[in-house]
Amino acid sequence: MMETNNASLPSAAGEGAHSQTPCLAVSGLSLRFGKGCPMCAAEEAQLERNVCPACGTVHAVRDVSLDVYPGEIVGIVGESGSGKSSLMKCIYFDQEATAGDVRVLPYDGGAGNVLELSPQHKRSVRNTVFGMVYQNPYLGLRMDFSSLSNIAEQMIASGERSVDRMCARGYELLGEVNIPERRAKDAPALFSGGMQQRVQIAKALSNNPPILLLDEVTTGLDLSVQASVLDLILRIRRDHNVSMVVVSHDLGVIRMLADRTIVMLDGRVIERGLTDQILEDPQHPYTQQLVYSLL
Amino acid sequence: MRPLLSIQDLSKSFVLHNVGRTVAGCSHIDLDIMPGQFVGITGRSGSGKSTILRCIYRTNLPESGRILYDSDAFGPIDLCTADERRILYLRKNEIGYVSQFLDALPRQSAYDIVLKSALETFGSHDAVRAHGETRAMLRHFNIDENHWELFPRTFSGGEKLRLNIAAAMIKRPRLLLLDEPTASLDNASKVKVRELIEQLKSQGTTMLGIFHDLEFMEGLCDKEFNMQKGMMS
Repeated sequence: MMETNNASLPSAAGEGAHSQTPCLAVSGLSLRFGKGCPMCAAEEAQLERNVCPACGTVHAVRDVSLDVYPGEIVGIVGESGSGKSSLMKCIYFDQEATAGDVRVLPYDGGAGNVLELSPQHKRSVRNTVFGMVYQNPYLGLRMDFSSLSNIAEQMIASGERSVDRMCARGYELLGEVNIPERRAKDAPALFSGGMQQRVQIAKALSNNPPILLLDEVTTGLDLSVQASVLDLILRIRRDHNVSMVVVSHDLGVIRMLADRTIVMLDGRVIERGLTDQILEDPQHPYTQQLVYSLL
Repeated sequence: MRPLLSIQDLSKSFVLHNVGRTVAGCSHIDLDIMPGQFVGITGRSGSGKSTILRCIYRTNLPESGRILYDSDAFGPIDLCTADERRILYLRKNEIGYVSQFLDALPRQSAYDIVLKSALETFGSHDAVRAHGETRAMLRHFNIDENHWELFPRTFSGGEKLRLNIAAAMIKRPRLLLLDEPTASLDNASKVKVRELIEQLKSQGTTMLGIFHDLEFMEGLCDKEFNMQKGMMS
């Protein structure tokens, strides 16, 4: 019976679990604001939270590594200021990482460090491999352009030129995220927060990216809207086998979405493991505090 | 024959940083289960029975010792140290876990909960089969057809449990961990659970369970592991 299971689950990790390579591999990624000094450059430097007491350099992300496998959702939790969004921005090239190595399998088979690509090639990675959804829809959408144009813009960026195809895809995606057809030509500025978030997701999906980066996508949405966005995310994973990195300070969201979870504090990864293990048997004092604070 | 599961000198304690204390879970557990066996764990409450099951399922991170599982996909594998992705694979395909608490995502109907399990097992491209199996399973567990589209938070304890077992069983796991599945059930529901366990056993599923009334499993349970004595009897 197991053999048939393996055959029917191409995405699942079978015998080849370890031979399967991660589609996103981040290693040793750091983001520093300031020059740094010999003191804070040391491996186990004692900082005040993430600031060097000697030179005042802010270490937003410190030597973070993470692998995301095809079809997998990896959660990143931590309080605000722990560096989780900065990490996402570095991966998406919104911020230039100070150091690190990021391999993207769907782009070049993981041959090179995408952080070292030319701006032009970085744009191509952004437009064809990654889909990014920000907490603030204003960062991901052009608020005064119609929802359809927002999707078209993303498709044009990846080389699409057929208006018909873009329209068709636009309506299809907006339907998928439950935006009624008659609102497709309205600007997101006129939408509620939950609708804006769903348009942003539709836009991020427009080029069928194999990797989605979701930064606090449900924060600030009311419970029922939050639930529908979460449903949508799980459906996308199920139907398109998209890999995702989900950043959230909300453990409930992480519990619902993530297979594996990473806990960040002061720019560092302090704990990683299976999501239910992190929630049921947290090891690090900070993670315990976080879990015990859960309502 | 090799045991399907061999627990060797397993210890687990919990460090609670906020009070600076360490709480014992289980210590120095040795336990072998042969394929197809049904082993019951007994012992007073707080003796660490659930900790053992949770260590096998990796909801708790084992501290020391080994849990050797003879897996279909990977061969013999130590569940204490296996990487997370393999554990996820085993949870999806080989090892099931049932507790008395239904741990489902909100806003999912009873049908969807079982279907989700079925889709994980049969793959989303074989949706027809998954739907068929789901219907058969729900009927088998006597879940009223009128209730299929309801959210289970309104269900009775017995219904929730049957749903829980249905979702775990549809995967036809090789190893099923049962954490007091009959607690808080009335007698009729308990008989149902017993029937199901009987069926699973006849299909060859290996089971490790905690039951506060093990006599109820009389004639079904092959071995009893007593926590106090730390051995099989």
